[in-house]
Amino acid sequence: MPILEGHGVTKHFGGLAAVSHVDFHVDQGEIAGLIGPNGAGKTTLFNLISGAIPFKPGEIRFKGQKINGLKPHKICRMGISRTFQETKVFADMPAFQNVLMGAFFGTPTRVSGADAAREATQALEFVGLSAMSATPIKDLTLENQKRVEVARALATKPEMLLLDEVMAGLNPAEISEAMELVTRIRDRGITILMVEHVMKAIMGICERIMVLHHGEKIAEGTCQEIACNKKVIEVYLGKDVHAGS
Amino acid sequence: MNIATFTSKRFLVPGVLVLIVVLLATAPLYTRPGTVPLMTTILMYVILAVSWTMFSGPTGYISLASAAFFGVGIYTSALLFKQEAELLPLPAVILIGGLVASCFAIIVGLATLRLRGIYFTMFSFGLLELARRLIQYYEFNITGTRGRYVATIGVDTAYYLMLAVVVATLLTAYLIMRSRYGLAMQGIGKGEEAAEHMGVNTTAVKVITFAISAFFMGATGALVATRWLYIDPTIAFNLNYSFLPLLMAIVGGVGQLYGPVIGAFAFAYLRYALVSIAPYYFMLIFGGIMVVVVVFLPGGLASLIERGRHRLGGVTAKLWKGGQAEQHANT
Repeated sequence: MPILEGHGVTKHFGGLAAVSHVDFHVDQGEIAGLIGPNGAGKTTLFNLISGAIPFKPGEIRFKGQKINGLKPHKICRMGISRTFQETKVFADMPAFQNVLMGAFFGTPTRVSGADAAREATQALEFVGLSAMSATPIKDLTLENQKRVEVARALATKPEMLLLDEVMAGLNPAEISEAMELVTRIRDRGITILMVEHVMKAIMGICERIMVLHHGEKIAEGTCQEIACNKKVIEVYLGKDVHAGS
Repeated sequence: MNIATFTSKRFLVPGVLVLIVVLLATAPLYTRPGTVPLMTTILMYVILAVSWTMFSGPTGYISLASAAFFGVGIYTSALLFKQEAELLPLPAVILIGGLVASCFAIIVGLATLRLRGIYFTMFSFGLLELARRLIQYYEFNITGTRGRYVATIGVDTAYYLMLAVVVATLLTAYLIMRSRYGLAMQGIGKGEEAAEHMGVNTTAVKVITFAISAFFMGATGALVATRWLYIDPTIAFNLNYSFLPLLMAIVGGVGQLYGPVIGAFAFAYLRYALVSIAPYYFMLIFGGIMVVVVVFLPGGLASLIERGRHRLGGVTAKLWKGGQAEQHANT
């Protein structure tokens, strides 16, 4: 059953169609991947889903309810949380305070101070950063900054999590750790849609992949199908590539 | 980490605060004549600086609209407060002055708080000019007057009322800072987009705090008007009341609540002292002092205290910080 679905989603920036008539869906409980070359419109699509940019025509439904036109804070409270391609953490604030903000404001009902603190502590523990809860974010490594961002998103108690290149800039060991983290989040019952350039990670954990190119969806399917898809290979490697040539 | 330090720390700060308030409240009884009006002026600057910091400090939206809200309060008071007629008691006038200023702030805020950075600052600056010109136009073309006389009140009454407003301002600023909205405002200052995506209704948080800070500016204006006898648009909407609170807050340090308080005290007293010692050079000396503070103390005068605290005892400082973090978690 789809938890998130989009129909004819379109966004123009001036004359450029950043996202063009895209239909998509994400099923409850899956890890779906979104890939495509640079400038394909992946992050723009995330911005449309999370409400950062208004768009028309087209519509996006979350659990059957139309969400386009809503402000980001409303969408977050409905249960869609996200991270950012260039981590947007509050650099001078301790990790705990960062996560606490999500716990305080990200839920539809008012959370008491004690509950928010507990939620924040648990989220930090879940991503493995309990020891650094008092450390200002700017003193953390990139990997850990990304983990704080994930913890902050989790503290809003989402049903769906949008991960925008959480693995960019990480080394191989860190990538496996991040993959393990993403799987654990899904095991908590949170549906995941992730944009990623690290193919090993995408192929390793996604159950279904969508491919965007020049704002259009050109393919969709399992990892196997995508890896063999002619159009996808063309887009990534160029037209006249033959195996073995 | 012993209990004694902890408890003494716990009662020390509120104790000192109560002592200060008591000393200030009894000041008219033992100070020389002339001191009370000076202190009233200093307290006025404290309110302006603290209420400016309340909004602009954490959010980083540098507002130059303080004088507009201050002036709205002044004019409200000039219209409503007439001693001979006993139209309204002064506390009610102060309250209404504040409310009118915050209504003004809500309207303006809804329209302009979507502007960021320098654009917001420029608009807030234009707002002051707009308010002044509007009233000038109204007086010139419609009532055919210029300015108004304001009924006056006693020196001590003004001082006590000002003290009451100061306490209310500081208490409000403290409660906001400690609350979840304080955290939300910090988030807005450090990354508005991220805060928005964490479920913070940024528009509401900004507009409401802007209005609260305007309330205290307007209330102060309404009170101060009664000491000025005569006001006109140029006096009421004076650019100085936009810049001074900002400078005081920055010199004092916007990181802590006591920063703008120290800044306002230092600034207002210095101004008074320099004017009587070196009337011709005071702006020059003043500018020099400001430059030195800004260059060598980027965290403001308050950072001196922080530094001193760190040097005095690392352990107590840590305890204090830890306690603060805990408080934050408990809100």
